[in-house]
Amino acid sequence: MTIIKVPVKGLSSKEYERSLKVTWQPELQYAWDNGIAIGKYLEALKDGKILGSRCEKCHRIMLPARSFCELCWRPVDEYLPVKDTGIVNTFSICHVNWDASRLKPREPRHLPAVIEIEGASAGMGIMHLLGNVKPKDIYIGMKVKAKWKPRKDREGTITDILYFEPVRK
Amino acid sequence: MNERVAIIGIGSTGFSPVSPDLSFKELTYSAAVKAYDEAGLHPKEIDSFITGSEDFMEGYSIFDEYIPDQMGAVLRPAHTVCADFIQAMGVGCMMINTGEFRTIAVEAHSKASNVKTLDEVKAFGLDPVYLRTLKENAEFLAGLEMRRFLEETGNSVEQCASVVVKNRKNALINPEAGHGAVLTEFDVLSSHPVSTPLKHLDAAAPSDGAIVIVLAAEEVARSLCDNPVWIKGFSWCSAEGNFWSRDLSFAKYASLAAKKAYAMAGISQPSKEIDFAEVCDEYSYKELQHLEALGLARRGESGYLTETGATSLEGEMPVNTSGGSIGVGHTFEASGGMKVNEAVQQLRGLAGKRQIKGATTGLVQSWRGVPTGTGSVAILSNES
Repeated sequence: MTIIKVPVKGLSSKEYERSLKVTWQPELQYAWDNGIAIGKYLEALKDGKILGSRCEKCHRIMLPARSFCELCWRPVDEYLPVKDTGIVNTFSICHVNWDASRLKPREPRHLPAVIEIEGASAGMGIMHLLGNVKPKDIYIGMKVKAKWKPRKDREGTITDILYFEPVRK
Repeated sequence: MNERVAIIGIGSTGFSPVSPDLSFKELTYSAAVKAYDEAGLHPKEIDSFITGSEDFMEGYSIFDEYIPDQMGAVLRPAHTVCADFIQAMGVGCMMINTGEFRTIAVEAHSKASNVKTLDEVKAFGLDPVYLRTLKENAEFLAGLEMRRFLEETGNSVEQCASVVVKNRKNALINPEAGHGAVLTEFDVLSSHPVSTPLKHLDAAAPSDGAIVIVLAAEEVARSLCDNPVWIKGFSWCSAEGNFWSRDLSFAKYASLAAKKAYAMAGISQPSKEIDFAEVCDEYSYKELQHLEALGLARRGESGYLTETGATSLEGEMPVNTSGGSIGVGHTFEASGGMKVNEAVQQLRGLAGKRQIKGATTGLVQSWRGVPTGTGSVAILSNES
């Protein structure tokens, strides 16, 4: 069998994009109304408080604060601050960024966790990050406390809490 | 339909250009509370839940995941239908007809004010090869369609303007409408040209609001409700994807959907048997084009009927007594819901100053906006 060598020059990535694809970059922007409950929750964060809401019927203290109890189907009865301490319900050690690019070996790993806040009903977790802790030292059930941004830097977002760190005895 | 289906509860938040006081969940919740209360049902007694929504308008992908809380549907069967409310309502009717569901809640809402780049979302609906590359605002399609429609039917821009005048006048006596106004044809014609012949005031302005209804099988409807509104027929239809190869003078999608809905409802002479119509008027000319497609006006006569008052509140065939999208506000996938709400108020005799005396049968119709050729029709009646 004779092998015929065909001279092939591959397309550059630019040529490939131009000749075989049509591209589009959307510019989508949203500004969602916080409304009553999210509005109150974020305002409280600025004030250094984690706000829950209480339903008189199921007796749950829910986090984050919501304006109606989705299980009892009625408006909540009260908004109330809970503590800024809690325990780790679950956690993960993330080795990739938001865009799935890998963290460099020396970059600190991201440490998202579900934290059951003290004062809220059992199982009521909020989502946040852990900090000031070595990944290998994190465990389910670990007691943590919010590390707040300095008051002057708070903006009424969930990142007004920088992270939750272990409570050291 | 083997099983007759009725609306036994309805809740509306009313419509306004902005709604900063409530989140989209709180907005829907407030409509759902009214609807369930009217139906006399706790959400635990409702068998399934449907939301008509479009992810790009919400700014969430997999928006289905964000509907249970505010509908009382946590750990219950719930799903979204990526289409207009009337299509979601049709899905609910079909689910009841499977025999597996007795009651269904259907929801749609608009938080259009939260979409900061609405024109980008509209552009995202355009074909990326043949349309987006032209870099024209999506409304140019409405201008093109309007011109061809007027050219072929002989209707005029002045008659389109009279649609705007009528609808915004009707909206003045609809407490739920956000765009009531006293205008003249001159005001419309002298408003800023968007994409000629389309003027600024020919287009409905985006609005916020939520609608929830509860559907029930006949037996449940009769036991729970004194004034059920029956869904006698419904259908929808989509044209070919290529805008430029459609017949732009005639809304075939609406015509075909109407034929099917009329047949289901046993209607043979629509303009005689229907007492009022809530049709899609996202642009003024669409009301005229839809009236002709629905068989409520002969081709080329919709403009004349409007101009001479036949479609006004006092006319023979009142059209968009609510004020339509032009008068109430354009609520995207909730548009059909706003129209269903008006039809229910009319059929229950609760439409106040807009009440059409003795109304028994109403038509509601929606269209999914440019560049779509998708429209749905439903026939509602207070007589079973």
